[in-house]
Amino acid sequence: MEKTWNNKAWFLVLPVLVLVAFSAVIPLMTVVNYSVQDTFGNNVFFWAGTEWFEELLSSSRFWEAMVRNLIFSFIILSIQVPLGIFIALNMPKKGWGVPVCLVLMALPLLIPWNVVGTIWQVFGRNDIGLLGYYVNALGIDYNYVQDPFDAWVTIIIMDVWHWTSLVVLLCYAGLVSIPDAFYQAAKIDGASRWAVFRYIQLPKMQRVLLIAVLLRFMDSFMIYTEPFVVTGGGPGNSTTFLSIDLVKTALGQFDLGPAAAMSLVYFLIILLLSWVFYTVMTNYDAER
Amino acid sequence: MARIDVNHVRHSYLPNPRTDADFALREVHHTFEDGGAYALLGPSGCGKTTLLNIISGLLHPSHGQLLFNGRDVTNLSTQERNIAQVFQFPVIYDTMTVYDNLAFPLRNRGVPEADVDRKVRETLEMIDLASWAKKKARGLTADQKQKISLGRGLVRSDVNAILFDEPLTVIDPHMKWVLRSQLKQLHRRFGYTMVYVTHDQTEALTFADQVVVMYDGGIVQIGTPAELFERPRHTFVGYFIGSPGMNVMPVAIDGKTATLGSQRIELPGAPKADSGAIELGIRPEYVRLGRDGMAVSISKVEDVGRHKVVRAKLEGRDIAAVIGEDETVPAEPKVRFDPAGINIYADSWRVEMGA
Ligand SMILES: Nc1ncnc2c1ncn2[C@@H]1O[C@H](COP(=O)(O)OP(=O)(O)OP(=O)(O)O)[C@@H](O)[C@H]1O
Ligand SMILES: [Mg+2]
Repeated sequence: MEKTWNNKAWFLVLPVLVLVAFSAVIPLMTVVNYSVQDTFGNNVFFWAGTEWFEELLSSSRFWEAMVRNLIFSFIILSIQVPLGIFIALNMPKKGWGVPVCLVLMALPLLIPWNVVGTIWQVFGRNDIGLLGYYVNALGIDYNYVQDPFDAWVTIIIMDVWHWTSLVVLLCYAGLVSIPDAFYQAAKIDGASRWAVFRYIQLPKMQRVLLIAVLLRFMDSFMIYTEPFVVTGGGPGNSTTFLSIDLVKTALGQFDLGPAAAMSLVYFLIILLLSWVFYTVMTNYDAER
Repeated sequence: MARIDVNHVRHSYLPNPRTDADFALREVHHTFEDGGAYALLGPSGCGKTTLLNIISGLLHPSHGQLLFNGRDVTNLSTQERNIAQVFQFPVIYDTMTVYDNLAFPLRNRGVPEADVDRKVRETLEMIDLASWAKKKARGLTADQKQKISLGRGLVRSDVNAILFDEPLTVIDPHMKWVLRSQLKQLHRRFGYTMVYVTHDQTEALTFADQVVVMYDGGIVQIGTPAELFERPRHTFVGYFIGSPGMNVMPVAIDGKTATLGSQRIELPGAPKADSGAIELGIRPEYVRLGRDGMAVSISKVEDVGRHKVVRAKLEGRDIAAVIGEDETVPAEPKVRFDPAGINIYADSWRVEMGA
């Protein structure tokens, strides 16, 4: 069939373009604009070129935050993905247990970020928090306000509690789409539990897992509210992630130029890493 | 290889079945002889797949017992029963290659790799996919997938029985024919007990020594293709087997005579039927069209190749007759029933004729 060219189509996508322009492109361009200028207030700007970028990339504070982010994302993914798969595999597939489990799983996802932070901030306190008090009562010295390790453990448990459900729900959706005939065939073929997982369930979950990993990676890499509420980035700088640092720079010190440069770099990193994840996982898919 | 006794098996998918209507299998009591080739024939929803799944252990029957060679296996798992089953909807492991798909049932049972290779290559040859061995199963067409599914059922030669659930539905007619004859060959070579479910009566009649006809959750007749054709035990078998199906008409019986409206039909004997709704069944092949007998009005003549099917009305009821390719319909058509082809039914079940 011959392709017909019709310029009216442009007209139809115009509203979307305008919307995207206002919501994404224009703010992004202002950030780009700020990132190459300097200001001392009063709306007076000076051309600064790549100065902010150079300063940023050579600052150890930036790289330390970046490493913290990467470690955090890595830990989060390596806990939430296997745990999510495990829970999804063990959820009931029919009967009254299904809605119950689904609602339980969806609950943490419905709670606003800052509330999650507050819940855990209180939960972990060793004077009035249930968790903090009893952990200390068991003789374990736990104090997320002073001990960086405890602060990390708290934030990680909090994130696992908050977001594992997302992985569970996505995997579960993949699992219930597998027709019964596959399990029957596996029984006839004498497949072990592991073989059923490896050759039937995992392949069916692969697509949703890709989405889960991408979402969880981007989200954990951009994490801001919860650690900010719980630890405020401390003790010291031990839980200061890029986003927290960014807000400190932009709003705390009102250094618009460096903050803009930082946002751009941050944005590019997320874009780059997401692209890497996506390519690796889809290539792996095509290869097999 | 095993003789399979299905002992008074009933099955319901409901947790608390009460009436007969709650049972997908009302009652099946039958022996599949060791090494027999059985076709299971019946309309959609009559319980064919349910019966197969009970034999293979995928379903546990609500009532009854299953014996393999006399040993009770009702509570054994599918694995322990060692049965191969090919499903109605093809199942393939699409991340594996074609070769690995076929090797899967063998490797799971720890068969040495050399034997695996030999068996898999043999099977690939048989299903005509040898050149596809290294391909991913994912990209294959529907009929290739069905062949793989079939192949996985055939790759193990030590099984007690092979159950086929309409294994050839999406395969093209020529290949169907080829595969069917290969199944027959395999059957002769290894002598497994084979049960073959199908909707298609020609497939059933060509494949099997014994055809089991199921209807509404039960077995209505078991017999050779000839028996099913000549002496259907139930009017359903008469309708279902044969094309067109048997003519069935309500009659009144008096000794060796049946009365159909104003017509009197001589019977080969006196049916031993004294109660119930009496019907006379005669296959179109035994309805003789000519110049004497009962007057009919012709509605249609269908030329189906080797013969013609004449649709007519006799006493206001539809009746079909089969005539030869070269025969013509007479000007004032009349029909006679060949006594050899007459069966009498009381409440749909066949009754014997006395002298
Ligand atoms: N998993 C199930 N749960 C509940 N009812 C079922 C289930 N499987 C089958 N049935 C019912 O049991 C009856 C027999 O079904 P079965 O699948 O054995 O029929 P079949 O003869 O194989 O039909 P087909 O030719 O369409 O495959 C049907 O009424 C069907 O609706
Ligand atoms: Mg079926």
